[in-house]
Amino acid sequence: MNSNGTNGDIRIGFYICHCGHNIEGMVDCAAVARDIAKLPGVAVSRDYKYMCSEPGQELIQTDIREHALNRVVVASCSPLLHEHTFRNAVEAGGLNRFFFQMVNIREHDSWVHTDRAAATAKAIALARAAVRRVRFHRALETTRVPIHPDVLVVGGGITGIHAALTLANGGKKVFLVEREPSIGGHMAKFDKTFPTLDCAACILTPKMSAVRAHENINLWTNSEVVKVEGYVGNYTVTVKRRPRYVNEELCVGCQECIAACVFKEPKFPDEFNVGLGKRKPIYIPFPQAVPQVVLIDRERCLHFKTGKCKKTCVEACADRHAIDFTQKEELVQVRVGNIIVATGFKLFDAKRIPQYGYGRYPNVVTSIELERLVTSSGPTGGEVLLRDGTHPKSVAFILCVGSRDFKTNRWCSRTCCMHSMKLAQLVREHTDAEVTVFYLDIRAPGKGCEEFYDKSLKDGIRFVRGRVAEVTDWALREEEEGKLVIRAEDTLAGVVRRIPVDMIVLAVGMEPQADAQDVRRLFNMSCGTEGWFLEKHPKLAPVSTFTDGVFIAGCCQGPKDIPDSIAQAGAAAAEAMALIDRGYIEQEPNTAYIDQADCSGCKSCLPLCPYTAIAFDEATKKAAINATLCKGCGTCVAACPSGSIRQHLFEDEEIFSEIEGVLTHA
Amino acid sequence: MKKYAYFPGCSLKGLGRGYEESLLPVMERLGVEMVELDDWNCCGATAYMSIDEKQACVLAARNLALAEKTGAGDLVTPCSACYLVLNKMKHYIKESEEMRTTVRRSLDGAGLSYSGNTPVRHPLDILVNDIGLDVIKEKVVRPLTGLKVVPYYGCQVVRPYSTFDDAWNPTTMDRLLATIGAEVVPYPLKTKCCGASLTGTLPKVGLRLTYILLREAARRGADVISTICPLCQFNLDAYHDQVARRWGPVPVPTVYFTQLMGLAFGLPAKQLGLNRNFVRMKPLPAAHAPA
Amino acid sequence: MHDANWEPRIVAFFCNWCTYTAADLAGVSRLKYAPNVRIVRLMCSGRVDPQFILAALAGGADGVLIGGCHPGDCHYAEGNMKTLRRFQMLRRVLAGFGLEEPRVRLEWISAAEGEKVRYVINEMVEQLRPLGPLAWGQRFGVEEGAAAHAAPAPQPEAVHA
Repeated sequence: MNSNGTNGDIRIGFYICHCGHNIEGMVDCAAVARDIAKLPGVAVSRDYKYMCSEPGQELIQTDIREHALNRVVVASCSPLLHEHTFRNAVEAGGLNRFFFQMVNIREHDSWVHTDRAAATAKAIALARAAVRRVRFHRALETTRVPIHPDVLVVGGGITGIHAALTLANGGKKVFLVEREPSIGGHMAKFDKTFPTLDCAACILTPKMSAVRAHENINLWTNSEVVKVEGYVGNYTVTVKRRPRYVNEELCVGCQECIAACVFKEPKFPDEFNVGLGKRKPIYIPFPQAVPQVVLIDRERCLHFKTGKCKKTCVEACADRHAIDFTQKEELVQVRVGNIIVATGFKLFDAKRIPQYGYGRYPNVVTSIELERLVTSSGPTGGEVLLRDGTHPKSVAFILCVGSRDFKTNRWCSRTCCMHSMKLAQLVREHTDAEVTVFYLDIRAPGKGCEEFYDKSLKDGIRFVRGRVAEVTDWALREEEEGKLVIRAEDTLAGVVRRIPVDMIVLAVGMEPQADAQDVRRLFNMSCGTEGWFLEKHPKLAPVSTFTDGVFIAGCCQGPKDIPDSIAQAGAAAAEAMALIDRGYIEQEPNTAYIDQADCSGCKSCLPLCPYTAIAFDEATKKAAINATLCKGCGTCVAACPSGSIRQHLFEDEEIFSEIEGVLTHA
Repeated sequence: MKKYAYFPGCSLKGLGRGYEESLLPVMERLGVEMVELDDWNCCGATAYMSIDEKQACVLAARNLALAEKTGAGDLVTPCSACYLVLNKMKHYIKESEEMRTTVRRSLDGAGLSYSGNTPVRHPLDILVNDIGLDVIKEKVVRPLTGLKVVPYYGCQVVRPYSTFDDAWNPTTMDRLLATIGAEVVPYPLKTKCCGASLTGTLPKVGLRLTYILLREAARRGADVISTICPLCQFNLDAYHDQVARRWGPVPVPTVYFTQLMGLAFGLPAKQLGLNRNFVRMKPLPAAHAPA
Repeated sequence: MHDANWEPRIVAFFCNWCTYTAADLAGVSRLKYAPNVRIVRLMCSGRVDPQFILAALAGGADGVLIGGCHPGDCHYAEGNMKTLRRFQMLRRVLAGFGLEEPRVRLEWISAAEGEKVRYVINEMVEQLRPLGPLAWGQRFGVEEGAAAHAAPAPQPEAVHA
């Protein structure tokens, strides 16, 4: 056998898959097989129900042996789904895996056309093209690229934390980069979690401490990834570490500097308490912050703004000298083999639905604001209070704020029903208020969640089905005076209702982070139509992306609750560990190469490569391509004037034959 | 000198006379020329559309064609119903080939043509967005200081099309009233229906809607309600006795925003048609009488 | 005049990461569109050699569609920018040949834009219909199909073991 895998003859095995009814329903598979059988070089032409199944694959392997096939073409679904499967099958049959070509007649044909004759004609054209192309395929070997064992985890919420701990426990070194000054993410703001009503801090903080203590985790808070270079197994990541003006190594978190600050009273809106509380310019984000280190807000600190401050904070830290006003932003580079992106979500801005009065009526709050009110370590010590400091006698929850709405976000944010019922139960616990939930549908899919809904009903929480039209303060009857009135259609009762309440809680939906587009470009990922990071396959590969070595987990991939986020974190960690433990990744050998004999040394190709894979050899006066750096885009191949640059798997003759092939049939 | 084609509509020559009597002098004071369309016809309002769509469309299109003929510029229609109907017809003609053909044939018979390019606009839009609040402020000689005004827009100028302001919380008139010195009362019902023709056909429903608007204005301490639509003004003004009989008195006067502008510009109340109201507006404090 | 049953034939070059994936998404979403397009898969739109386009047109295609990632989003950083440059130059050359502009089209389609695949294909087919078949042979007095190979295609070696 030569590099062509032939002893002279090309012998092609052609298989067209019915895919049950998916393809056969619109494409006459037998007719396609008959047409292909007549083409030169086709030794075997079959149609079969499920090519990707065991028997289907065995069919190929048997035919390779019995009919001395040296090329295989399968017409079925998308190569993005099963090219790998069939290449494996071909290899198991004793043939080089690259003597295989796949034809997409499902996603690109049977599923998108309505005329059987046209769909069959298209399938024939595409199949003919593949049969012509595959003749030119040559035996190739996959290259192995070593995987650097370290991992970068971007985002320190519960997802990033779990991924980091899983990897670190597996002996891998992890760089955990978090934008905020503390890890914990959104979960750190919660009081209790559904459906068990576990204390969120009690289950989160041990994990946060474990991150801090773990020798395998480098925790970089107040930091952001600014550049990613390289490829799977070999990423060079630049991280910007923003200054806290406090030395992390020296600060022990005693917080005496905060007490000593020249601002006697906290004055500035507190980010962690979503503006409900106040803090000083020197502060710790929240009591259980990890790292347990203070930081200084440069925009508000008197020293930075005026240069004239007594700096009582420095005095208070006299024995440790942890405060350092000269700290500067630092850029650090690390090398890692894999990256897990767990950057989470942001909440829908309720001001976008002005009918609900958020920002206009002080007693309309969002779910996260209520979360801070019910938390015992929150700004009101766990008291559910109106803005005037009194207890509400009636509280209403409006669900699907921003979600399931053509005008704002079309998706369901998945967690808000449960989240709202949880808050509703907590409000009942903390006050005697009457609680009404205005909903469209109640979604309670997880374990224990439907039971939680039952409990909410038993607790006397009222449920009114109907989208709330308006929150207003114009009173019609006496009992509405001084209250907020919810106007909603009660669709089950069939009437429009006005319900006066003291406090309204908006269950705001989840959205992708504001900088999701920038972040995804950084990691060479795509976003779906809704803006969430795009997974490789929604069913089979929810934590992988199209870029090898970059994984996503948690809400940045789509709205989900804590158990699902942790599950994805573990999945992403496992995928990364699988690569690391194997030690290498197999690169598709679709790299470009230069035929030294034909290269004229014109240098047209040199500036074209974004990976600087092309180098010019001054001695030979010719260009050469470094196969390890080449990613296989083919841009230089198309540009070369002498045609001396070629690309494995995408040779000119292969593509020309495909073009010719699709045009042989109407 | 800014120039506009002007379509008064039936109301402004009839029950809504006060609107025209105040709009024209205010525009003149601001140096804007309003060229009334020659031989304009009724726009068809909401009624005709329910009877014969095609006829209604042609009726409206004739006015649009006349506007194009004058070449005076954008067409201004103060009445909310006319504003909505003319814009709606414009939209229908643009979207429907059939409508276009019918309109063309009918207009041909009258020696008119319509290209669809003339914008149909509301005086609020012209005043605040074209002329500008700065220019208006300059003309104010007697700011309405201390006068509590409720800005009431009604529905037709924001639903279904809200071309120059937010559909749920418009603020053009609020800003205009603030510019002429009035104290604008925050009013959540600014686009809630006044009852429209239901006050006549189904009083139980229509009057109640009117009552709700008046009651809330009174509760918030309004001295006067400022409107932009002749039907809203009529509903809010003419039925006080019936409202009082059913629910109790809420004697808040309702005037046109142009009448308030006129007062701020120092024009006499009688000239502005303020004597036509059923519920009279209290005279402005003497301290603010024109010199 | 062409055959009443004539349907425009379009050869499409789609980049693996964005456009091909978008076409898959259109399939998964069961969107329906005209069956006139035959997709050739490439890794990047930057691989599209202008000779491919000419080969397709000379080989009997009535139109060519190139699909790539949106500028800034190319999986290989800037391949699509090179495609754009080449396409703009080729367009002038083709105009010189008297080729109607709708026949060769470049579209940026992201992996999430299944709907755009549907829309672009349908629109292109409708734009080509009134133009009729390209009929390369008739236009340039050459035998159609003969010009399909820009370079002589080497036959696989018939070598002995």
